[in-house]
This record gives sequence, structure tokens and C-alpha cells, in this order.
Amino acid sequence: MNKILSKNEFWLFCILLILSCIVGGINDAFWSGTNLFSLFKSSVVMGIFALGVLIVILSGGIDISFPAFAVFSFYITVKYLLYIKFTGSILIPFAMAMAIGVALGLMNAFIISTFKLNPLIVTLGTGSAVTGFLRAFVGTGTLSNLPQPLIDFSRWNIYTETLADGSVIGFSGSFLILAALIVIMALILRNTTMGRGVYALGCDSVAAMRAGFPVRGIYYFIYGLVGALAGIAGIVHCSLIRLANPRDLEGTELEVIAAVVLGGASLTGGRGTVLGTVLGVFLIVLIKGSLILVGIPSDWQKVAIGLVLISATSITAYRAMRAGM
Amino acid sequence: MKGGLGKLVRSENNLFQLTIITVCTFALMCWLLPGTFLTVRNFRSMSFQFPELGILSIAMMLAMLTGGIDLSLVGIANLASILVALSFVKLMPPGSSSGVVIAFMAGAVLLAILAGSLCGLLNGFLISKFNVPPILATLGSMQLYTGIAIVITKGAAVIGFPPQYSVIGNGSVGIFSIPLIIFISLLAVFAVLLRKTNYGINLYLIGANMKAAIFAGIKTDKALMISYMVGGCLAGLAGLVMSSRTNGAKADYGTSYILQSILVSVLGGVKPSGGSGNVAGILIAVLALQFLSSGFSMLRFSNFAKEFVWGCFLLAIMIINYFTSERNKT
Repeated sequence: MNKILSKNEFWLFCILLILSCIVGGINDAFWSGTNLFSLFKSSVVMGIFALGVLIVILSGGIDISFPAFAVFSFYITVKYLLYIKFTGSILIPFAMAMAIGVALGLMNAFIISTFKLNPLIVTLGTGSAVTGFLRAFVGTGTLSNLPQPLIDFSRWNIYTETLADGSVIGFSGSFLILAALIVIMALILRNTTMGRGVYALGCDSVAAMRAGFPVRGIYYFIYGLVGALAGIAGIVHCSLIRLANPRDLEGTELEVIAAVVLGGASLTGGRGTVLGTVLGVFLIVLIKGSLILVGIPSDWQKVAIGLVLISATSITAYRAMRAGM
Repeated sequence: MKGGLGKLVRSENNLFQLTIITVCTFALMCWLLPGTFLTVRNFRSMSFQFPELGILSIAMMLAMLTGGIDLSLVGIANLASILVALSFVKLMPPGSSSGVVIAFMAGAVLLAILAGSLCGLLNGFLISKFNVPPILATLGSMQLYTGIAIVITKGAAVIGFPPQYSVIGNGSVGIFSIPLIIFISLLAVFAVLLRKTNYGINLYLIGANMKAAIFAGIKTDKALMISYMVGGCLAGLAGLVMSSRTNGAKADYGTSYILQSILVSVLGGVKPSGGSGNVAGILIAVLALQFLSSGFSMLRFSNFAKEFVWGCFLLAIMIINYFTSERNKT
């Protein structure tokens, strides 16, 4: 019992429950299927991003280029598919976007590991270079007539319900992708040498190297994986909103990093879990989605996210400092 | 003694290398744009544009000297300029005499400095007292400051400055623009502060080796707090210049300045891991960037193409620095 009480995840879960009850108490609409389904739907893209950020943060690094990579991969994929009038399997766009994302991620890994540079500044540089390249040389227009397979994907529901007024609401199938990725990521981190290597690298990179971990290989694995996840998240994002807009997702990196840190990952590396990250994502999505329900104008969204990020990081850092003494 | 001398030569070497890059950029632009780049008009307009980035870069350098980073600077600048704009719009009676306007302008300068310092103080507090990593603390506070700015303006631009106010951003004394004069005087102040005072030397020591600094008896908490507070104060001043030059204040103005101020600092020889860098580097680096930026605008590069170039430039400079430091090691 004591073991459960000392877990970060347990407390996060409690906060999540209490917050839901408060919001639901103020406004009944919170418990409606429409709202709950839409909360799950909006956690998909952020959740996929967060899994990538978790693995970078575990290794002691940071990545702020992934929204740019996501936009780059979905925009080019959609533009190309429209050009060839694509009608085949949904797997093709996902594979294409993932391949583009992996290539970009490997570029990050190459620069960071070869020249031993600060990952924050490197990803700031690659992120703005990729965004600038996309908008200057590929296009700035919004593509609103997505290929049919992507539209079909956005209509895919695993459960539908007809409301009293005749409208139909559904639980988006895209959530299954997030669920699958969560399981895969947990297995990688827990059961593979690569996953243990990520933790080892985050705790002490010199020790990891002496212990025989292929440190450079782990860097390529980590940033390549972040790129792949960014590609998947990009396709899911543009399919769900049925638009490919090259100006989307800007600034999402803050919310995603906030979610991962809230989930208990330590920015100095080596500590953090998949479960904590998922709970952190739900918490951020809940806060963002519920401000309007409890009557707070949407202008306050940034303030709320900022306050959550500041207090979560302060509490985590303060506890780590006390524990270190 | 020998190590100290070697370090001096190396740092001058870096400055020398940077000067060559800047002169080459300048020559390239003169060659690509004959008759338009090398004109008095272009130089006048450049002297109004780069000081705001320069001031933000000094603030970024202060954070990076201690091994940190400040991502909230543009957020602070916008919040300060919005507060100043609102104080003019809401408090100053219309048709005030010029005496009242000048009093309000003095108040505006104080307000910008005060607001900036308070924002910076919060950053410093989180970083030094709670041990929050600077990236996270300033990432969060950037959201907070931008968020507050959005809440008080509802996201719209605030306009309605008195004409006298635009002198700060658009006036000039002789051939020197007022923003340039502000920037140069700040450079001078920080050159003295960093080189000649105990406080400045302590900052370098903290960045070079935090543990050693603590054991040397430096009050690291206080020094960090002050450095982020001074950074915030500089950001407030940059906000003043920005709002006066553009005659308006907006919550999301100049977001690309964050990347650019980091670029200027890194280009100017400030190490992201802390402990080295000086204001001379900042001055030359900001000039190099302005030459490039003006040249690109004249060559009709879009802003997106510029963003692409800045990103590549930042990566290239860091990689070049890696090779020069490797060569110095052997």
C-alpha cells in the first residue's frame, strides 16, 4: 500500500479524478458522450507526441523540433498523394510520413551525437530550418480536399451512439493507434536492451558507454523514433481535422513537454514512465478542454497551461532537491 | 598564467573569425546588390532595425553565461510593451499638454523596466530557489507572460501612442538613431559590468563550474536571480523600443526573435554550456545578422526563406565552433 502511495502515477490519477468531478459538478455537459469522446480524440495527437518526448527526456536530452517535423511530413505526404490522385490503403500515407519523420529525426541524431552539441539549440535550429524550408519552397496553402483514404480514416469509429436528437457521435478509432503505441513503447522501454540503454544514457552517459551500451546507436534510435512518431501524429492530426495546414501545430511542443514533465519524467534524464506520461497528457487535455465548460474564457488557456507547467516543474524539481539532500 | 593567456588568444581568435564572417557578408551583399545595399538610406534603416534584437541578445547572453537560457524574453518584451501602451491609452487624458506627455513617457520607461524586472525575477526565483531547469522554467513563464498579455488585450493589437512616444523608436540624434544609441550605451554598461565588477566575474565562474563557484563562497542563488532579473529588465527595454518603432503592441509580436537572439549569442561566441562570451561578440554578430537580413529582404527572400537560413546558420555555426575547439585541444 505504501508503495502505491509513494508513486507519482497514483497521485496524478487522483488529481485527474478530482478535477473531473469538479468540472462535472460545475457543468453536467462534461459527462456527456460528446464531450468525453472529444476529449479522448484530442488526446491522440498529443499522446503520440508525448511518447516521443518521453524517450528523449529519459535519455537526458530534449527535442522541440517534432511539431515542425510532423507538419513537414504530413504536408509533403498529402501534397504528393493528391498529385498522384492516391486511393489505396491508409497504410501508405502513414508509411510515407513515418519515413520522412525518421529521416529528419536521424538528422537531429547525427548533429547531436557527432558534434556533441546541446540538443535544445540543435532542435531549435533544425525545427526552424524545416519549417522555413516547407513554407518557402513547398507551399503555404491549406490543402482542404484530402485524399479519400484519409477522410475514411477520420470517419472510422469503434463505437457509435445515436443521441436523442438523431445526431450520431462516435468514439474515434484513431485512439486505437495511440493505445497500440503506448503498449509498444512500454514494452520497448521495459524489455529491450535498447530501452534499458535509454535509461542508462539518461542516468550517466559515461557509465552507459563503459557498460558497453552503443551510445551513438541509442541516439539514432531515440531521435529516429521521435521522428517516426511525429510522422504518425502528423497524419492523424491532419486526417482528424480534414485539413493539411502548414501553419498548424506551432507551439504544441510546450504543451507536450508540460504533459511529460507533469507525468513525472525528470528533465535531467533517467526517470519517467509511460503510464505517468499518458496520465500527464490526459491531465493537460482535460484542463484545456474544460476551461470553457467551467466558464473560463478561452483567452485564459495559455495562462492556465503556463501555471500548470511552472507549478508542476517546481514541485518535481523541489522534491528532487529535497531528496538529494 | 599560460592557460589564461591561451584562453585570451583563443577568445580573440573567435572574435577575429567572426569579424571576417561579418566583413565577408557585407562584401557579398554589396556585390550582389550594387547601388542599393551600400547606401545611406539602407544604413539608416538598418540602424533602426537591429538594436531591439541586440538588446534581447544581451539578455540572452546573460542567461547563457551562467549555463542557462531564457526563452521567455520575447514574452516579457511584449507584456511590458502592452502595459506601457495601455497606460497611455487608458490613463492619459486625450489632448494632454506636452509636459504631461513627457511625464507619462518617463512613467512608461519605469513601468517597462519594472514589469520586465518582475517577470525576470520570477524566472530567477524558479531557477535558483526551486532548482527548475532554466529551459523548463522559462518555457512555462513564456506561456504565462504571453497568456497574461492575451488576456488583457484579448489578442488584439493595442494602438494609440502619443506622437512624442514614437521618438524612442524612430528619432535620431545627428546621424545616430535613438535605438542605436540605447543599444550602444547598454553594450558599454554591460562591458564594464561583466569585465570589471565582482558580480560579472562571478557570473562567468558560475557558468564555468557551478560547484566550484559555490565552494568559492559565491552566493550563486542571488547571482542567478539577479542575472535573470536584469535579463527581464533588458527585455522590458527592448519591448519599449519595439512598441515605439512599430507604434503598437501585440501579444505575439516578434516571436522569431527568440531563435535569432540565441543565434546572435552563439555566433558571438557565447557557449551554451556557460562560462564564456562577451559583448563585443554580440555587437559584431548582430551586425552580421542584420547585413544578411537586409540583403535577403532586398533580394526578395520571403520571411520563410529567412527562417530556413537562420536555422541552417545556427547549426552551421555550432558545427564550426565544434571543429575549432577540437583543433585547439590538440
